[in-house]
Amino acid sequence: MAKGLDIKLIKNGKRLDGRDMEEMRPLKMELGVLDRADGSAAIELGETKVIAAVYGPTKLHPQHRQQPKKAVLSVRYQMLPFSTTDRCRPGPNRRSIEIGLVIKKALEPIIFLEEFPRADIQIEIEVIQANASTRVTGLTAASLALADAGIPMKGLISACAVGKIQDKLILDVAGAEDSYGGADFPIAMINGGDEITLLQLDGDLNQKEMKPALDLAQKGCKILFDQQKNVLKNTYKVGDQK
Amino acid sequence: MMKINKSVIINSIQKGIRLDGRKLEEFRDIEIIPNYINKNPEGCALVKIGKTKVLVGVKMGVGKPYQDSPDEGVLMTGAELSPIAAPEFESGPPREAAIELARVVDRGIRESKMINTKALCIKEREAVWLVFLDIQILDYDGNLFDAAALGAVVALMNTKIPTYDLKTEKIDFEKYSGKLELNEVPISITARKISGKIVFDPNAEEEELVDSRLTFAFKENGNICAMQKGGSEPITKDEILDLMKKSSDQSKIIRKKLKNIKIDK
Repeated sequence: MAKGLDIKLIKNGKRLDGRDMEEMRPLKMELGVLDRADGSAAIELGETKVIAAVYGPTKLHPQHRQQPKKAVLSVRYQMLPFSTTDRCRPGPNRRSIEIGLVIKKALEPIIFLEEFPRADIQIEIEVIQANASTRVTGLTAASLALADAGIPMKGLISACAVGKIQDKLILDVAGAEDSYGGADFPIAMINGGDEITLLQLDGDLNQKEMKPALDLAQKGCKILFDQQKNVLKNTYKVGDQK
Repeated sequence: MMKINKSVIINSIQKGIRLDGRKLEEFRDIEIIPNYINKNPEGCALVKIGKTKVLVGVKMGVGKPYQDSPDEGVLMTGAELSPIAAPEFESGPPREAAIELARVVDRGIRESKMINTKALCIKEREAVWLVFLDIQILDYDGNLFDAAALGAVVALMNTKIPTYDLKTEKIDFEKYSGKLELNEVPISITARKISGKIVFDPNAEEEELVDSRLTFAFKENGNICAMQKGGSEPITKDEILDLMKKSSDQSKIIRKKLKNIKIDK
């Protein structure tokens, strides 16, 4: 709402939290954090903390929603009431429904949905604590949770947000950069590569900034993708029977 | 849609000429009717793109401002895909598709700072104007994103503000106090990919074959203030740059068209 206000977000060449322009916040990933779910993952990106769970593939109810040749993916994204500065009302709202939709569309290209006709794959994303970049972190976690559930996939989705403060592009928007920065540009890529499966923009970007912004997003997605691979390798060591 | 029909449409797109004779990047005729109804709504527009018809209306109300913007009016955008527009649309509360449509239109307006929200303050912290922007699809033949965004912009351009009495807390809809103050006119253009080809302004049959879409909202200076990707296929970085260029060119054509019509009564 207050986007573009003249508030100093760069001091002595650093961002308010001390980061360089192209530096991500500290990142932690963990698999199998929940017992009941078929797959789960938690990600901490600075103070933003998200848990994603996967249930399925199971038989889809009601039957009329079944697809004869592929599984149906359903995604629910929710922020816990105490995850934000001002309490947010529990339950779906227009924002969370739209985010659930774009996350679903971002995951569909990597899942072999055709392996599970008439099935339901349900993804639940809970934002435990929000300090910006919740949809991209939720999406990255969901992709890990799918891998943890053993769902066959063509790759992993990694997602981060590029922003703009004082006309400089920055990686991994956080804190005041979200409220007062000049742009919020969430992007998801397959395996940190060229293929983009989620892209939204709020803010003000001139056309010359588009390529550097996409390149910076790719840099972030590569960092996330490397860490996703590492956590998968470390969790499932050869011979390990989970 | 029948399979045979699908392959006919795709074949023609591959050849660069669509079944209705248009080139891949060509829009259908756009008709803009400002103030389509003009007694009760404060602003209104009917936009036709080909056979797609979208009616947008603005109602003004008074309410409390948000705490983090105590001296700013509030925009609220809704969209209805009701069964009048197509047999496949179902009645009931807005679902994913309608919510996404409303939010993408809203984002283009909000992020361009089209509305001077500070001018909508009646009394700081207590009363501000609420701008209710409602989008009703009347006839669906594809490309709702561009039709709805254009209708919304035109409706806001002819919106008038009623008078409000702080003491009695009553709105006098018969007496206008002025026009809605605008800073900017955003134009939204949605590019689609069908079987690897870039297509603009698909009709309903083509829309079913869209692999991915990308909506851009352009400001008058050419900057981009909002984007949204849809569809289940990825888009590459290079494709995005290409779509941006082509969409930017399209936005200039529509902007020119908008300049040449009389928006006010």
